[in-house]
Amino acid sequence: MTKIKQEQKEWSVETSLAKGRQQKRRREAGMAYAFLLPSLLGLLLLSLLPMLISLYISLTDWVYTNGLWNWNFVGFQNFIDLWSDSWFLKSLGNTVIFTVVTVPVGIFLALVAAALIDSFCGEQTSGVVRIALYMPHICNIVATSTIWKTLYSSYGPFTNLMRALGWQDPPKFLVSYTWALPAIMLVVIWARLGYWVFLYGAAMQALPVDLYESASLDGASGLQKFRRLTIPLLTNTTFYMTVTGIISSFQVFGYVNVMTGGGPKDSTYVLVYYIYKLAFDYRRTGYASAVAVVLFVLLLLVTVVQYRHNSRKD
Amino acid sequence: MAKVRAVGSNTPQKRRFRLLMVLLIGALCLIMLSPFIWMVGASLKREADVMKQGIGWFPGYWYPENYLRVLGFSGGKNYHFMRGYWNSIKVSTLSAGVAAASSCLAGYAFAKLKFKGSHALFILYLSQMMIPSQLTLIPRFVIFSEIALVNTHWALILPKIIAVNATFMMRQAFLGTSEELREAAKIDGAGEFRIFLRIMVPIIKPTLAAVFTTQFISAWNSYLDPLIFINREKLYTLPLLLDNFVTMESTQYGLMMAACCLATIPVFAVFLFGQRFFMKGLTVGAVKG
Repeated sequence: MTKIKQEQKEWSVETSLAKGRQQKRRREAGMAYAFLLPSLLGLLLLSLLPMLISLYISLTDWVYTNGLWNWNFVGFQNFIDLWSDSWFLKSLGNTVIFTVVTVPVGIFLALVAAALIDSFCGEQTSGVVRIALYMPHICNIVATSTIWKTLYSSYGPFTNLMRALGWQDPPKFLVSYTWALPAIMLVVIWARLGYWVFLYGAAMQALPVDLYESASLDGASGLQKFRRLTIPLLTNTTFYMTVTGIISSFQVFGYVNVMTGGGPKDSTYVLVYYIYKLAFDYRRTGYASAVAVVLFVLLLLVTVVQYRHNSRKD
Repeated sequence: MAKVRAVGSNTPQKRRFRLLMVLLIGALCLIMLSPFIWMVGASLKREADVMKQGIGWFPGYWYPENYLRVLGFSGGKNYHFMRGYWNSIKVSTLSAGVAAASSCLAGYAFAKLKFKGSHALFILYLSQMMIPSQLTLIPRFVIFSEIALVNTHWALILPKIIAVNATFMMRQAFLGTSEELREAAKIDGAGEFRIFLRIMVPIIKPTLAAVFTTQFISAWNSYLDPLIFINREKLYTLPLLLDNFVTMESTQYGLMMAACCLATIPVFAVFLFGQRFFMKGLTVGAVKG
């Protein structure tokens, strides 16, 4: 009799303990959802919902001025039309050229600059140099584009510099069909360089010193160490920069809008600029969304490559 | 530091080489900064001298007129630069505040609190990084016009509530804080929110500052969103104002450069002031410690 009572008592103590724990856990979970509420709401309403709407609109022929709900579902027609749209193809081509040039050139320059700074500057100097190089990156796009626009103008300093370097008859860079895109690429490389030098610099500081010391003892020259040690050891940083560089190059917009407005003709049209034009000038919302979806898919591919690379490493 | 530096580099030849390299780095800095140097010089020139050959980058005279005209103190034209400043300061501060607050809360939940679906939610957050803002731009415009947020600064501020990178940074920072501290405060009877606000947030202040600085600068420089959501001149942020200004005065180089100067100086100042935090924030995700 007493034994049973005791057992019952123990059992009830245990359940109340468990109940307390459960209550505590539940309270903590409730708290967690409360903490997450603002960003979760934002996530749902300002990111996921718009994304779904975008995906849907891209399948319609919606023209914004026709008003909400006033659209026809056209299936994949927009996506089919894209491939015979010369402006889209030009934009896509320009975006790809832009990326393929600015990313490798930028990474190469950044690597060389970062290695030089790391090898030949003291701690304090290298800090100052990095900040100096970083300035273009934090400056707003409209201001830097305007500055470069004047530099590129027919008697601007850049054009004069080209003359001084022996270029007999330099073009008006931003209004030349062949030179406008390269001119913008140069600005973007310039703007991005400091950021990449900074990333490389930070990565170089984390490299193992002893490896370099033993390489020196073995008689390796500075250049050899750079090629055999530094570059391979920085693979992860380079990879990260390649991926983020591709993503940001695919999204370039401000420089184009301020410096050339896509022109002359279609020579500097890039994807985001085309989306902007379609959606907010021509009000072809459905078609513009289709271009945005293409951009999304391309970026998704890049991210998938990154993800697979990272998971292989782990 | 100096991982690639040659050991025993004291021969004259090597010293000369090093000097050469330092000069090269100096030249690189000058080249990188030259557009800004030219900007400052041109902003101080009379219009006729800006593109004239042989004047040099800096004029031999003092001519602040361009600045006075941009700011509306002379020339009789008011470009409302000060209003642009105010709008930009307001939008950037609120944006950075919203982003910092929401990412701080979310980061804490992910790092310290146990709840069902924590992992899945975190993956959902990270997946947001894959969605380019251009994909959501058109529907955001449609939604914001429906609820009359177009042509208000809220259209620029509200989307900052999802700052995935910032959330990630905050989570990392909170993961680095000690669990004992939290337990001790709990035993003393402090509620979760109190622990968060009074104990945890002060510990991760440097990360909070990094997030705030990063978000502030990105909001200050934001261009595409304002271009689409704001078309009432009164609400123009600095980039829009500058854009508009440049279109109006496209032939007056000195004046344009003065305007660019005025638009870039504050962000340089914020950057120099907060670069310690800012630089720290940049390496998250890029360099694995």
